[in-house]
Amino acid sequence: MTNSNMRRAFIHDRPSEITPQGVYLRRRQLIQALAGGAAGTAMASWALRDALAQAPRPGKLAALPGVRSAVAGAATMEKLTDYKDASSYNNFYEFGTDKADPAQNAHTLKTTPWTVEIEGQVKKPGKYAIEDLLKLSAQEERVYRLRCVEGWSMVIPWVGYSLAELIRKVEPLGNAKYLEFVTLADKKVMSGVGSRVLDWPYVEGLRMDEAMHPLAMLSFGMYGEVLPNQNGAPVRLVVPWKYGFKSGKSLVKIRFVEKQPATAWNRAAPGEYGFFSNVNPDVDHPRWSQATERRIGEDGLFTKKRKTLMFNGYASQVDQLYAGMDLRKFY
Amino acid sequence: MTQAGPDAGRVGPGNFVRSFRHSTRMRKLLTRPMAKPLLFGLALLPFIWLVYGAATQSLGANPAEALIRSTGDWTLRFLCLVLLVTPLRVVSSTPALARFRRMLGLFVYFYAVLHLLCYGWLDMGFDIADIARDIVKRPFILVGFSAFVLLSLLAATSFNRAIKRMGARRWQLLHRLVYVVSVLAVLHFFWMRAGKNDFAEVAVYAAILGSLLVWRLVHARRGKPR
Repeated sequence: MTNSNMRRAFIHDRPSEITPQGVYLRRRQLIQALAGGAAGTAMASWALRDALAQAPRPGKLAALPGVRSAVAGAATMEKLTDYKDASSYNNFYEFGTDKADPAQNAHTLKTTPWTVEIEGQVKKPGKYAIEDLLKLSAQEERVYRLRCVEGWSMVIPWVGYSLAELIRKVEPLGNAKYLEFVTLADKKVMSGVGSRVLDWPYVEGLRMDEAMHPLAMLSFGMYGEVLPNQNGAPVRLVVPWKYGFKSGKSLVKIRFVEKQPATAWNRAAPGEYGFFSNVNPDVDHPRWSQATERRIGEDGLFTKKRKTLMFNGYASQVDQLYAGMDLRKFY
Repeated sequence: MTQAGPDAGRVGPGNFVRSFRHSTRMRKLLTRPMAKPLLFGLALLPFIWLVYGAATQSLGANPAEALIRSTGDWTLRFLCLVLLVTPLRVVSSTPALARFRRMLGLFVYFYAVLHLLCYGWLDMGFDIADIARDIVKRPFILVGFSAFVLLSLLAATSFNRAIKRMGARRWQLLHRLVYVVSVLAVLHFFWMRAGKNDFAEVAVYAAILGSLLVWRLVHARRGKPR
């Protein structure tokens, strides 16, 4: 930790910024584990990662720096996808179904003012302004693999923090079993919302334990800058072990509910998209194989596609969430 | 180029057909020796454009996907063109148009071969066992591949000696399979887009090919020869 970071860590504008004891203790455990050498290799790769030059900031949008994340699995060593590819090849149907559409059409989106409404089974429901959400927890940089259900993948340095930070803050009640994420559907600024491709608004969901997993992330930026509109500005979900469509963009509402939410793709094509949609090379999409993937901008035109990993390579972090579940049935 | 008369200057399909029919200049153009090479060059333009795009890396973030999709699109477009020849020839009484039918048909096959090649190579890495499994497993691929097999039959019997050997009647019967191919092709495209519930483009091709097939049905029922 640099000196300035340390100084920042001890000044708290509000009590909510103080690190909860549980998190504090877990960090201690991590440090102990590191000192014990159990994670010596992890530490070495960290150090290496620091030494490596990151992709230079694209310089297109406002800076949003993040400290390197301590969450296990949050810093893959793989080569970052070019910002240009990550911001011009998007599935964001509210702005059109072609992957080039969002970059062309999303400039109409107004991201200020913006609020995210928390409702349902929580002690502290209400509307949270984006400015407050940005400050709710320290912004971290996390380099995640992104695997699209269509069979391509990217490596993206997101900026944000664990969704669990927000969940703890709003204090879910005992009967809150699932989270439902509702994204913006504004016909006036989103050219694709008039289409009948999906039932708008786009709704996604997670089980509470999935949502609480430290890898599940609320993201506000990428490549050291705030999110481009086409990538889901001003705030989106990033759940790296699930297919990309699970990570809702431009969130406007999070509902804490008792029953499993009806998600947009599951309603549109239940035989093709299940609620869980974990990355799984053994369960094919009805119309194509999920065993392999093409890494955008990296694999040459004639390179064989690379093998897709179980839970997108995050199995050691997340497979206990699905212990005893038949993942063919719960796809 | 338009015939002088009460209709002159009015825009509409009827007018277009009439002007086409009465235009001797247009007919001369169609029978020129240069007409075929010219069409050949034009039909190659999409291919050249795709090769150029791949070489200069200007096909976007996922060039493999762009190549697979574009070659499929061009197969469908040439299918529409080749099926347009006969209705246009009959309606406009321009027998010269028949000269271009075989070449256009072979371009359908050319782009279909490229489409299959792009899928087999760029998507499946030329793993024949994988491809075979994929074809059997997925209806969407199976339908596309069936259309390709039928097109191969047509391409293999597209030269004059084959027509002579088979006899005109049997040859014509075989080549009516192109109607089956167009149904399969639209179904293949429909299935591919079904997951995204995105049928706008599918509907355009279905409407074009459908109306060309319906025209043939109506025309045959009227009892006019061919």
